[in-house]
Amino acid sequence: MNAIKLTGLRKSFGTVEAVAGVDLEIADGEFFSMLGPSGSGKTTVLRMIAGFELPTAGTVELGGRDVTRLAPFERDVNTVFQDYALFPHLSVQENVEYGLKVRKVPRKERRERAEQALASVRLTDFGRRRPAAMSGGQRQRVALARALVNRPKVLLLDEPLGALDLKLREQMQVELKAIQREVGITFVFVTHDQDEALTMSDRVAVFDGGKIVQVGSPEEVYERPASAFVAGFVGTSNVFTGEVAKALFDRAGTFSVRPEKIAFDGDAGAPGVVAEVIYAGAVTRYVVDLEAGARVVVVEQNRHGSPGTGLRGQRVRLSWHDEHVIEIPERKEPSDGA
Amino acid sequence: MSFLHRHPRLRLAALLSAPLLWLVVAYLGALAVLLVSAFWTVNGFTGEMVRTFSLANFRTILTEQVYRNVTLRSLGVAASVTVICVLLAVPMAFFMAKVARPRSRHWLVIAILTPLWASYLVKAYAWRVLLANGGPIESVFGATPGYGLFATILVLSYLWLPYMILPIYAGLERLPDSLLEASGDLGARAGRTFRSVVLPMLIPSVFAGSIFTFSLSLGDYITVQIVGGKSQLIGNLVYANIGAANNLPFAAAIATVPVLIMVIYLVAVRRSGALEEL
Repeated sequence: MNAIKLTGLRKSFGTVEAVAGVDLEIADGEFFSMLGPSGSGKTTVLRMIAGFELPTAGTVELGGRDVTRLAPFERDVNTVFQDYALFPHLSVQENVEYGLKVRKVPRKERRERAEQALASVRLTDFGRRRPAAMSGGQRQRVALARALVNRPKVLLLDEPLGALDLKLREQMQVELKAIQREVGITFVFVTHDQDEALTMSDRVAVFDGGKIVQVGSPEEVYERPASAFVAGFVGTSNVFTGEVAKALFDRAGTFSVRPEKIAFDGDAGAPGVVAEVIYAGAVTRYVVDLEAGARVVVVEQNRHGSPGTGLRGQRVRLSWHDEHVIEIPERKEPSDGA
Repeated sequence: MSFLHRHPRLRLAALLSAPLLWLVVAYLGALAVLLVSAFWTVNGFTGEMVRTFSLANFRTILTEQVYRNVTLRSLGVAASVTVICVLLAVPMAFFMAKVARPRSRHWLVIAILTPLWASYLVKAYAWRVLLANGGPIESVFGATPGYGLFATILVLSYLWLPYMILPIYAGLERLPDSLLEASGDLGARAGRTFRSVVLPMLIPSVFAGSIFTFSLSLGDYITVQIVGGKSQLIGNLVYANIGAANNLPFAAAIATVPVLIMVIYLVAVRRSGALEEL
């Protein structure tokens, strides 16, 4: 049984079509990410699943039941909001208990479940605090506890890590994934951060211009992007088209090679000149102008310390394995149509 | 310029001397004179002010039944006006802040403000015409409440409503939509969300608005003269003692009653955070 099934989903705001026909099935217990740039429609899809927006056309099914026209309080989903949306006039404990109280769960059970939920996000002794007296990361966890305590079939997360600093974000990514594995419910996670989507998800849907342009596992989306847009948005990519492609690959088409798959090679390979050397701690990025007429990015690990900038201006040869060349299917991109 | 720059205290003094003078002389000075003269008396024969300390005025106010009645009546009117304004303003402000489109919001705010441009007197007289025997209200509804306390409460509610709507509107505008969505998401219907989320967060704004409606009603004496029939409020007593009775000290003593009530009220609502909403 699918946890979520979207069919022909559309949403227009005035003359703007935010979601332009989305079909999607999300399996029970899956960690599913919706990835895309801002304005690509991913958040609107999430809001239609939650019931905050009514679709212009199409249907939303939750666990096989058509909920397209139902109000949020009639759906067995809970949401973690981007701004957390904690009630400032209630304590943390009261915030977490809110959903149970509304559903008339007896006081004793309410208390126990809220304490459990707070313990599961490692906030055991914070029940009496007000949200305002907590840090961003703590509030985020309260929001998570407040949603999870209701034991929904599906948890919707709208860029929940967006407001956290990098360190905390990486920590929360691991925690979220662990919590999801523990509770075993379906997570639908909206993000514009491709690292986040790749790290956490079982499957990823890449959004562009109100449509899904590719659905697949992180490996599939990264190693075999279905379009130049996906190749460019998920990770950095060197995309070759036209004459350059013909010169490098001996045939017409659109090809892509990831920066970390390209190596400097003394003798063989495509000749070029290093235009820029960018040291980034763990790795160094080289920008190389190929003689064939393309600018490519090469990433190398700094296994032996900083390489210095000595390569700048040097002539080099670049090589890669054939199996790392991604041939991108020729297809009209929705984003190009505008 | 550089002289003032090097002397920040002087600069501050130049900035603040005029408003401080105004505040001290015009505001606090007048209040002080009011308080002091409340303890004076008037010679019954000559009508001259006797500038010696006496509690006679306050003794009269506290002991004579009529003053207690008028005070209670004024309190009742102010409280009723405030309650009516809250009941009307909350749904109106909610519509303006959360339902109406952003573009029509500006027009709605202007529409709320425009009645404040018209003269208070004209609006009160307009109601006198409306409420008159044989006036528009009687000819449409078949009956009119006529002049009296009810009419006073009605007209005061009409006059002060904008002062209640605006702070509540401002409070609602600051209330993020995501809180309402979160409540619905957690299973609450609209009514529950309103009771459990919107209302508790609006309390400071409601109190802020009530400070206006309550104090303005408590001090009013014109509306009650125009549509109040025979009823009298504290303001009328003050006015009568200034004019006809020519007893300024007693007028001052009566005037301290609403001041005192407002101080008590402000202290009471201070804890709700209403004063930060003003």
